[in-house]
Amino acid sequence: MKGILGKDLLGLEQLTAEQINVVLDTATPLKEISLRQIKKVPTLRGMTIVNLFFEASTRTRISFEFAEKRLSADTVNVASTGSSVSKGETLVDTARNLEAMKIDMVVIRHPASGAAQFLAERIESNVINAGDGMHEHPTQGLLDLLTLRDRFGDLKGRRICIVGDVLHSRVARSNIWGLTKLGAEVAVCGPRSLLPNAIEEMGVKVFQRIEEAIEWAEALNILRLQLERMEAGYIPSQREYNRVFGVTRERLERAPRELLILHPGPMNRGVEIDSDVADGPHSVILDQVTNGVAIRMAVLYLLSGGRPEQAIVAKAGVV
Amino acid sequence: MSKKPTIVLDARAVDRTLRRMADQILELNDGTDRLIIVGILRRGVQLADRIVKIIETQEGVTVPRGALDITLYRDDLQTVGPRPVVGATHLPWTIDGQRVVIVDDVLYTGRTIRAALDELADFGRPARIALAVLIDRGGRELPIHADIVGKRIDVVEGQRVDVFVEDLDGKEGVFVADPAEPPSGDT
Repeated sequence: MKGILGKDLLGLEQLTAEQINVVLDTATPLKEISLRQIKKVPTLRGMTIVNLFFEASTRTRISFEFAEKRLSADTVNVASTGSSVSKGETLVDTARNLEAMKIDMVVIRHPASGAAQFLAERIESNVINAGDGMHEHPTQGLLDLLTLRDRFGDLKGRRICIVGDVLHSRVARSNIWGLTKLGAEVAVCGPRSLLPNAIEEMGVKVFQRIEEAIEWAEALNILRLQLERMEAGYIPSQREYNRVFGVTRERLERAPRELLILHPGPMNRGVEIDSDVADGPHSVILDQVTNGVAIRMAVLYLLSGGRPEQAIVAKAGVV
Repeated sequence: MSKKPTIVLDARAVDRTLRRMADQILELNDGTDRLIIVGILRRGVQLADRIVKIIETQEGVTVPRGALDITLYRDDLQTVGPRPVVGATHLPWTIDGQRVVIVDDVLYTGRTIRAALDELADFGRPARIALAVLIDRGGRELPIHADIVGKRIDVVEGQRVDVFVEDLDGKEGVFVADPAEPPSGDT
């Protein structure tokens, strides 16, 4: 029997609005666990989860690890450096070896788009995509949705603009899928060189100027300018980017309404976002981080268990 | 052919039973001192609210009312799988040294109460934990018994006990129904 999410969480593209809402509804009461003195429930006791990170990550890895530990799972972290991956072992071989040690779930972060799906099709364990290349970062998308829903209630008709390097951003893609499925109006804003061709086909508006985006939107999700890609010549300079697309207090003060400010982190202060804005009263950036743990707990819970063949006396609904 | 549900308690009988249970709770705990009433989601919470209100009118004291969602403490995740609806646990006070009374609608296998005791232990060490249930239908699978019982009934395995409360169901009463009847209440 597969749970409501199926075997794996690979992206928000495959999920229905109903499935997304179940994750958000499950995450909401789980927030309380992180406020307890003993921040732990026994739900995933005896389950083993491997966090397989082939790419640098602080927030996501720690957030997953907290979520796993607060649900009492046993966790192992594997990074590409310091493991057999650096000796040239393939992804599938690494995962199969881990599976031979009897694990239950794999959380994978990988620089190649599609890596999570590739793995999911080849191993029996549940696979959770923690970011694959420029494809998707579903738990980030879900935590952004939860943060917006906490403030707005229903997202139907709400106007959210994603600002910055949409081209390289898996966060942007997961956000666009999730937001449009929940009925929000979505726009993107950034230099043409950093917007994918035909992005309009995903059902989003495009703003060339940040001032227009600020005038239209009720919330801005500001993406990190991926500085490691600067040398490819996508933008002239950081300073130039800040001058044209930076979200500054002055720009926000001219908006017809107060805008909610989101950023998936890590931030380049003074480039895509000014400190005044990041630390300002309408910033929910740290709420996003708090919600991240609850969302990941919800995903782990919803993907777990449900193996009736192991049941001796599984009388559904009777406790 | 399924029969019509048999009525066990009507609305007035539920009310009368809850009054008696409130009295017994006060007796068992020597009054309202250090008393915390904790309902188990969902109908246990509604019943706990009612008991708190009865105590309020009788004693002029509002006893704290907590809520426990035991979903994450169930012992059947590996077999039955995750439940799509997790409720909110609400227990913002210290329970160390307090007298906690767990309230639930139906006591059956005892597994819900086992889970609730585990969850309470994660919040602290009460001086005493008692259990008050509206209906005890027998059929225990664990060594658990209730300190206060509204009504004891014998129910054939496979039959269902439905508890309806005004706030959730718009009507009130306890019924025994055949499994073919549309589901509610007894979780």
